Amino acid sequence: MNGTLKRVAIGVMVLFALLLINVNYVQVIKAEELREDPRNRRAFFARYENDRGWITAGDVVLARSKDTKSDLRFVREYPKGEVYAHVTGFFAPENATEIEAATGSLLDGTDSKLAVRRFIDLITNKPLKGANVELTINPAAQEAAYNALRRDGKRGAVVAINPKTGAILALVSVPSYDPNLLSIPDRAKVVENYNKLDANKNKPLVNRAINDTYAPGSTYKVVTAAAFLSDDDSRGPETMVPAPQVLNLPNTNVGLPNYGGAACGAGRVTLVFALERSCNTPFGQIGMDLGYEAMNEQAKKFGVGEELNIPMRVGGVSDFGKEEDLAALAQASIGQRSNRMSPLQMAMIAAGIANDGTVMAPYLVKQVTGPDNSKIITENPQPLGEAVSEDVARKLKDMMVSVVDRGTATRAQIEGIRVGGKTGTAETAEGRDPHAWFISFAPYDNPEVAVAVFIESGSAGGNASGGGTAAPIARDVMRAVLRQ
Amino acid sequence: MTAKRRGAQLAMLTFAVLIVMAAYASVGLAKDGQLPAGMLGYGLGLGGLMLVAYLVLAKFAPWADPLLLPLVTVLNGIGLVMIYRIELGGEERASALNQLIWTGLGIVFFTLTLVVLRDHRLLQRFTYTAAAAGLVLLMLPLVPLLGQNINGARIWVSLGGFSLQPGEFAKLALVVFFAGYLVAKRDVLALAGRRLLFIDLPRARDLGPVLITWVVSLGVLVFERDLGTSLLLFGTFVVMLYIATQRTSWVLIGILLFVGGAFVAGQIFDHVGDRFDVWLNPEKDEYYNREFGGSAQLLGGLFAMGSGGILGTGLGSGSPSLIPLSFSDFIIPAVGEELGLTGLMAILMIYGLIVQRGFRIAIVARDPFTKLLSSGLAFLLAWQVFIIVGGVTNLIPLTGLVTPFMSAGGSALLSNWMLIALLVRMSDAARKPPPQAIQNEGLTQVFQR
Repeated sequence: MNGTLKRVAIGVMVLFALLLINVNYVQVIKAEELREDPRNRRAFFARYENDRGWITAGDVVLARSKDTKSDLRFVREYPKGEVYAHVTGFFAPENATEIEAATGSLLDGTDSKLAVRRFIDLITNKPLKGANVELTINPAAQEAAYNALRRDGKRGAVVAINPKTGAILALVSVPSYDPNLLSIPDRAKVVENYNKLDANKNKPLVNRAINDTYAPGSTYKVVTAAAFLSDDDSRGPETMVPAPQVLNLPNTNVGLPNYGGAACGAGRVTLVFALERSCNTPFGQIGMDLGYEAMNEQAKKFGVGEELNIPMRVGGVSDFGKEEDLAALAQASIGQRSNRMSPLQMAMIAAGIANDGTVMAPYLVKQVTGPDNSKIITENPQPLGEAVSEDVARKLKDMMVSVVDRGTATRAQIEGIRVGGKTGTAETAEGRDPHAWFISFAPYDNPEVAVAVFIESGSAGGNASGGGTAAPIARDVMRAVLRQ
Repeated sequence: MTAKRRGAQLAMLTFAVLIVMAAYASVGLAKDGQLPAGMLGYGLGLGGLMLVAYLVLAKFAPWADPLLLPLVTVLNGIGLVMIYRIELGGEERASALNQLIWTGLGIVFFTLTLVVLRDHRLLQRFTYTAAAAGLVLLMLPLVPLLGQNINGARIWVSLGGFSLQPGEFAKLALVVFFAGYLVAKRDVLALAGRRLLFIDLPRARDLGPVLITWVVSLGVLVFERDLGTSLLLFGTFVVMLYIATQRTSWVLIGILLFVGGAFVAGQIFDHVGDRFDVWLNPEKDEYYNREFGGSAQLLGGLFAMGSGGILGTGLGSGSPSLIPLSFSDFIIPAVGEELGLTGLMAILMIYGLIVQRGFRIAIVARDPFTKLLSSGLAFLLAWQVFIIVGGVTNLIPLTGLVTPFMSAGGSALLSNWMLIALLVRMSDAARKPPPQAIQNEGLTQVFQR
């Protein structure tokens, strides 16, 4: 019997060899495919294993993790919801956006800067704890901007910057959404909520402040003025410029009129007068005189066309427009035609002028602290570049103060504080309501805040204007910053 | 000259208990960051039980194979830790305390078997009693009021709050019967018959027992919906028949009969046919989303194993709550996830070692009944591991069976500890030196004192 016994024993060894080969096949060769199968819910659960760091602004908690002690251990909450949605973004079962995404590796503790900490957690077997991210956002300014913009169902964006550092004090896009709805640990519900928001015709998911660009209209005239002043040191606010009622555009049979077809002084006016009244014809002429290269170069010096990470990538890359004919250049020089700016870019322009010509790189992260309170990242303002000389900046500031004092932006005045600003009412298309814009800074002597307000076409009625609709919002935001 | 090697056995047993304690500590550390509160109790419990088993073995089967008990201890202990861990993961049907109590009862059964059964050859006298007992136990779940349907299979008997799987004991009784029967009939089965195309065909009347076993197996399949046990019993019988008669034709006849029966059953009963579809394409959404008889269970286990990868997540850090039936049929994928390929291969090697020690007893043994019984039990264990592990890793179509010594469940623990006791008893007999023949017969003997 021993012969058959040995044969059976060998046969059994073959069975075990088959089992061993097969588990190798499953756990090595097929492992990745099995791990990444969407029906394998482990990756989904792993997302909720980390004690994700908090996002704060001042004393206000914008995003926090709640320990549920269940299988889905740490769930994300946004106590202020919609007000900060376009800053924090959301933490969905399969992706994240804005700050949640851009500082994701710090928040979830996997960043290499946290490697030592992670190693300690690993050997002491604690759940991985992420770093806390504190933002530069000024909660009072953010709430002021959100409340003012949301009133009357407007759509638009507000960006406020500290001109000296580039720290972003407010970043609002309206309509907004509740990030709590997109951070439920339930993929199906999140997809349903997302699709509902995505189908909304008012586009609440679009971050208008940084991810889209719009015709800036007359607010862009400060850039044209900057190019004009930089071209010749002897020029100043009192320099006379031609101001016809209608500017002839070469090689076309249409003219460029002033707003509403009005006259602008008596044919020749000072530069400051043209800016106060926001006349189109002088700035169209200036653009054509300086030429495309000079105008485009000036735009670039303010940061136009730059890829920015604040730290999330700024999706709306601003653009002065391609080189076309002189007629197009005249229109681009007054913020029309193919000239497209993001609200963030316009705030950077106001901030650069306020900061004596130096544009600071905008940023949102004030500091990052590890779970043990060690400072991992601290505030480190960086200049983006010099847009204009200090001298030109002073001239521009003076003129912008005149615009608020006695021009189109009187509604941006704040008692006891010298405010500089520029309005814009940008035509979008024939028969459609204009965009309303306003950029400003304050106080004149020691600027602490620069603001850009953008109100989208059609959301504030047919006679929406930069001075009437956007300026008061900027005033509220500046007040909120300066009050502290 | 074989040695008793009891010191080595005790050292290995201590090592086995230490492995289990370390596994237990690692679960607590991963879950709460501290050693689990009940660790000392569990450790002492398991250690104490194994010490009892060791002492019993040392007293009643001193020549027994020193490897068997430590190997089984590791399996039983790792099973306990996995069930404890799965219970912590929120699975209400898993209870580590119950499993520890059943392990204790298993040791009691082990002890009783060794103490009462001093000579296993006594079992040969009960060949037909064992057959009757095996059949009765197999059919017990079919008795109305007594039997219970759980998860579609009617293999449970409920007695005053206790649920038992009599089939677990039936398989031992039937192997005893097969061994006794084959020892008596093997010459007839081996020699009679005629040759046809290189194959020695048996006589028609000798086919009787094969056909009866076949019918009983199919009966289990059809009436209790238990494909696993059916395959287990029939396979074991065919292999024992082959060992006894040394005729390959029996194996071929057996395979043909089973495949034919299973094919017909597959045509008639949906749940058998489904298994094959799922086996071939488990990843298909169509099967995955099917409410009954789909591939969700199987894929759930495979996902766990894939996620565990080579080194595993570590005990306590995986997600056994995502594996259906992780405490019973699918405990192997749970091990694969947390201990990884490495740990799973170690577990499979341990099973392989136990089985090969069993065959070793058969080869060393001096009488045919011991040879057949020990090889039959060893193959039963191997075949059961192959069916369930092969099933959950999709090597073969999935059929539900208990993973010996690891799955939660009392009946299986008791019967498998009895199986080990029988192997221990037989290895003791096989390794014991034969009685010394009186040497140097002759005159000189008178002067020896």
